[in-house]
Amino acid sequence: MNPVLSVRGLEKRFGAVVAADALSIDIAAGQRVSLIGANGAGKTTFVNMVTGYLKPDSGSIALDGVDIGRRSPRSVVRLGISRSFQIPQLFIELTAAENLAVAVSGMHATTLSLHSPAETKGRRDKAIELLQRFGLANLADRPISELAGGVRKLIDIAMALVRRPKLLLLDEPTSGVSAEEKFATMDRVIHAVAPDAATIVFVEHDMEIVGRYADRVVAFYSGRILADGTPQDVLRDPEVRRYVTGGAR
Amino acid sequence: MVFPVIAVTLFGRVLPTWTLSLATIAASNALVALGIVVLARTGNVSFGQGLFFAAGGYGVALIANNWGITDAVAQMLIGAICGGLLGLVIGPLIARYSGIFFGMLTLALSMVFYGALVKTTVLGGSDGFNVVRPSLFGISFVDPREADFMLYAVSVVTTGLTGIAATILFRSEFGLASLAARENNLRVEYLGISANRIITINFVIAAVFAGASGAFALMAQRHIDPQFAYWTTSGEFVFIAVLAGYQSASAVFVASLALELVRSFSNLYLPNTWQLVLGVFLLAVILFLPRGIGSLWIRERRKRAGVSAETSAAVEEGVPS
Repeated sequence: MNPVLSVRGLEKRFGAVVAADALSIDIAAGQRVSLIGANGAGKTTFVNMVTGYLKPDSGSIALDGVDIGRRSPRSVVRLGISRSFQIPQLFIELTAAENLAVAVSGMHATTLSLHSPAETKGRRDKAIELLQRFGLANLADRPISELAGGVRKLIDIAMALVRRPKLLLLDEPTSGVSAEEKFATMDRVIHAVAPDAATIVFVEHDMEIVGRYADRVVAFYSGRILADGTPQDVLRDPEVRRYVTGGAR
Repeated sequence: MVFPVIAVTLFGRVLPTWTLSLATIAASNALVALGIVVLARTGNVSFGQGLFFAAGGYGVALIANNWGITDAVAQMLIGAICGGLLGLVIGPLIARYSGIFFGMLTLALSMVFYGALVKTTVLGGSDGFNVVRPSLFGISFVDPREADFMLYAVSVVTTGLTGIAATILFRSEFGLASLAARENNLRVEYLGISANRIITINFVIAAVFAGASGAFALMAQRHIDPQFAYWTTSGEFVFIAVLAGYQSASAVFVASLALELVRSFSNLYLPNTWQLVLGVFLLAVILFLPRGIGSLWIRERRKRAGVSAETSAAVEEGVPS
């Protein structure tokens, strides 16, 4: 099977700091891949390069065989990669439904209407349908500024789903969520994401979440890939235990 | 929405002559301030709208004097086109900047234009030049009262219709995306929307409004000089926009009229301290209505909408309201 995402020899330096050191990875359609690693290991740099926020110093990134390594975030999104953020990037003065209405508008962004109402029935229905998947329809008309951090996180993910991306990148989907709620939150995310995103890559620090929801784990260390395989194999790898999980599991 | 515009226009028939010119200036200034509000919805404030105001005014004045086009509607359209064309040149370049850099660049450009106008003797240098009284659809107005009313009517109808268009724009898909760009450029880009394009389009709209307003100011004064592009002129437009807030188009007209009334009366009764009165007025609005005059009725509308949403939610859940 051809990979959805194919990365070859990706390098990125910030001065003397090596954030990506000859990274090569293929991600097949339908996989649920978790990126793990200590802070500064290069996970978010990898996500930022794949989504066009950072340009690699060298190497190539291809989505379904199309080179996206030098494209802008807007162009990458239009080709089929969406992302959520570690700190939710929302329009906090707008309501949840309005946030999603903007995202729906983005689906045909070359022709944003100057006169058609922002919340037409179609856009509103689509927004409510997405909120419903996350169990948030009752909050549709509440401004984001009034919503809790966990709810914002879910809306941030809902925004990324609007385009039905080929590849969805989630940056720490359960960060800021309490230990009691983390599995419920992740269940909700996986359930909501399933109909639209065939392939998911998520950055995660919580090894319980990784073990339970990923079917492949890639461990990063100092800009390199330390281990790549099933959760069982990677999480038991001595180097991963030494440099990443610190003996967890 | 059209009815109030017609009513205000006809009301001019019974207004004293001095209020006609005051209302014409207020409507004209409101047009530029409305452009600033349109732009402010993307999070960028222009401190140099005098540039487009002057471009519209000078463009109309030159065409009127050289080609004899004196029709008020045609002059307004020419002013709008002159402002818009200049906006199209500058907009894409300036949209890359934001915040204070954006504001300072617009101010700098307007002052460069001001300096060029002062030094251009063919345009009358710092003294400027005069134009003839405008006509309307081939009718020349000899009676000053009739001429004032004609200009009042054209300016009120134009600004009224512009206000309606701006309201439609604010509620549109593009208007919502503009608010989104104001809050989070990064997310807008990650939704596949170009934040730069949104800012550029809003910038050109603001330039069109300022150009049309420059034409009205020219018609009202029948004289133009580089003061049109000076920073204090731009500052006055920002002053009106701050008074109005960014949430409502109609608030801009209320704010502009309020400012003209406060200025006129304080100038009349307190000739040596009218600037102080103006300052206190602005401070009071900022203190008690930090989101501008428009927040008075936008807040009420939201409150009503909130109550009805809660009521319908309660009904859906079977809870008696």
